[in-house]
Amino acid sequence: MSVNTESSLKTTNRKIHNLLGLGLALIGILILLIVPTLIPPYYSYLLATIFTTALLATSLNLVLGYGGLLHLHHGVFYGIGAYTVAIILTKTSWPFALAVILGPILSAALAFVIGWFCVRLRGLYFGMLTLALGQLVWAIVYRWNALTNGDNGIHAIPVPDFLTSISSVYYTTLLVLLVSLLILSKITKSPFGLTLLAARDNPVRSESLGINVKQHRLIAFVIAGFFAGVAGVLFVLLERSVAPSLLFWNKSAEILIMCLMGGLTVFLGPTLGAAILVLLSMIVGLYTEYWLLVLGLLLLILVLFLPQGILGYICEKIKGRRQRGGSLDASN
Amino acid sequence: MDIATLSSQLLIGLSRGMIFFIVAAGLTLIFGVLRITNFAHGSLYMLGAFAAYSVSTSLGHGHYGFWLALLVAPIAVMILSLIIERGLLRFIYNRDHLTQMLLTYSLVLITGDAVKIIWGSEYKSINIPEGLRGSISIWGASLPLYNAFLLLIGPLVALGLWLFLSKTHLGKICRATATDREMVDILGINSTRVFALVFALGGWLAGLGGTLIAPTTTVSMGMDANILIYAFLIVVIGGLGNIWGALISSIIIGMGEAIGVLLIPSVSIILPYMIAGILLIFRPSGLLKSVW
Repeated sequence: MSVNTESSLKTTNRKIHNLLGLGLALIGILILLIVPTLIPPYYSYLLATIFTTALLATSLNLVLGYGGLLHLHHGVFYGIGAYTVAIILTKTSWPFALAVILGPILSAALAFVIGWFCVRLRGLYFGMLTLALGQLVWAIVYRWNALTNGDNGIHAIPVPDFLTSISSVYYTTLLVLLVSLLILSKITKSPFGLTLLAARDNPVRSESLGINVKQHRLIAFVIAGFFAGVAGVLFVLLERSVAPSLLFWNKSAEILIMCLMGGLTVFLGPTLGAAILVLLSMIVGLYTEYWLLVLGLLLLILVLFLPQGILGYICEKIKGRRQRGGSLDASN
Repeated sequence: MDIATLSSQLLIGLSRGMIFFIVAAGLTLIFGVLRITNFAHGSLYMLGAFAAYSVSTSLGHGHYGFWLALLVAPIAVMILSLIIERGLLRFIYNRDHLTQMLLTYSLVLITGDAVKIIWGSEYKSINIPEGLRGSISIWGASLPLYNAFLLLIGPLVALGLWLFLSKTHLGKICRATATDREMVDILGINSTRVFALVFALGGWLAGLGGTLIAPTTTVSMGMDANILIYAFLIVVIGGLGNIWGALISSIIIGMGEAIGVLLIPSVSIILPYMIAGILLIFRPSGLLKSVW
């Protein structure tokens, strides 16, 4: 009897928590919907940059945090998504919608090819192969002048009229981010996502349970590549230009830092990390040209003192308190 | 294209491979013994080049500038490496790969801007020392004398490393630490001191590589990122922690790059990555046995 009430109490508790979370999310979304009418356009642009980057970082975390794979070159899929749209819009007369759809699909296809080779490796070797193959793609983009315009990148990319104003870009990126986050969050909670976690925590046991670890990792890699491609498309809408530096490995390192800063273990961690890094780079950029120095020092402090990331730390604290509360209840 | 052009190009590639080897040997030593992915290795290399610039220009581009730089710059980088290891790295030996990588990456970012602050962002260059200008001919292939000098230095460094690792007591401890750290600890050897030593040695090698490359190219920002990727690829292709693997793959990458420049210049930048990608796909654990 008492067990029953306790468990029902727990479910109501969880329901309340869920409702609370939902409410907070709705309020947040509402604020984000109203905000562009209240702030100067530059800040809308900044927020849209954050949305784009947040999607990129969250897609990486599916492989990095949930898959436990040392994916060192995620920027490649971002860049390929962006370049696909840029090339289609400047060099062909194909419809805009097709370009937007093909961007993420090509990214996912590339992720399949690179992932197919990489998932056979473990640990550091996995990371090094992603790095090598990613740099190969970068070098091709950098050198293929006829197609990619090489070092100069592609500028003044034409976008449809309804996407020329900053507020329409803002709402587009916000909508795409929200939908993508919803899908990614569903994926992490699905049986597939849980299996991925199991394969991360104990690959040998998972294999012996009959789980095809490599296949799961490959699928996660492709999904991550797809959403990085989506982020790449958003980047083109926002900047209307692309450059090979999108695919260079230090861009990928930046995404890794975002994930680590927010926390790999929390779904919204990379989003927070992206927001912090984009805002900080803007603010620091106002005062000094040495943004990378500041970022380096920040990263140093983060790694030494807050390795679980900001959201990771907060969640740990909350969980710790809840557990302590729980044990007190039990003793009563 | 005649044989002479081809062979002189190959020799130049080989000499570049020697520099790759010197840098990658340091990286692979650190990989093997400390088990750390040192992203800062390229930065140490860049610092070596800038330090060499400062030393040699302080002597007014004189005859002895380069030789003094060759002595001083790598040691300066070595001392800095020692400070980095004792001050930062030793706190993260028990962390996961990602954390260790990002710690060393933070050093990349910091040194990048520090170099900009100290030396400014304009290009710099060092003269090739007096005695090493001009070129010689080897079997009909002409080769700049400085590259011939590099061809001499590379094997010397390899020989020195071999002597150190297999003939000295300290070197044997290093190898033992790479193979089984716990056992070394049980035997009562202070393995963290070995770590400091190896990291310093790795730093010295990076600094040496930077000093040696300085007269052949412009000393500039961004040289850290380029060499780092190459060094990583070389280390992984060769087998993590295996110095001889690093030697072989340095030669492969150096020569591959040189042949690429000769045959299809527009794709030469792609070739090293392609070689690395193909080798990794077919021999994912490296050409030679990894120490891990």
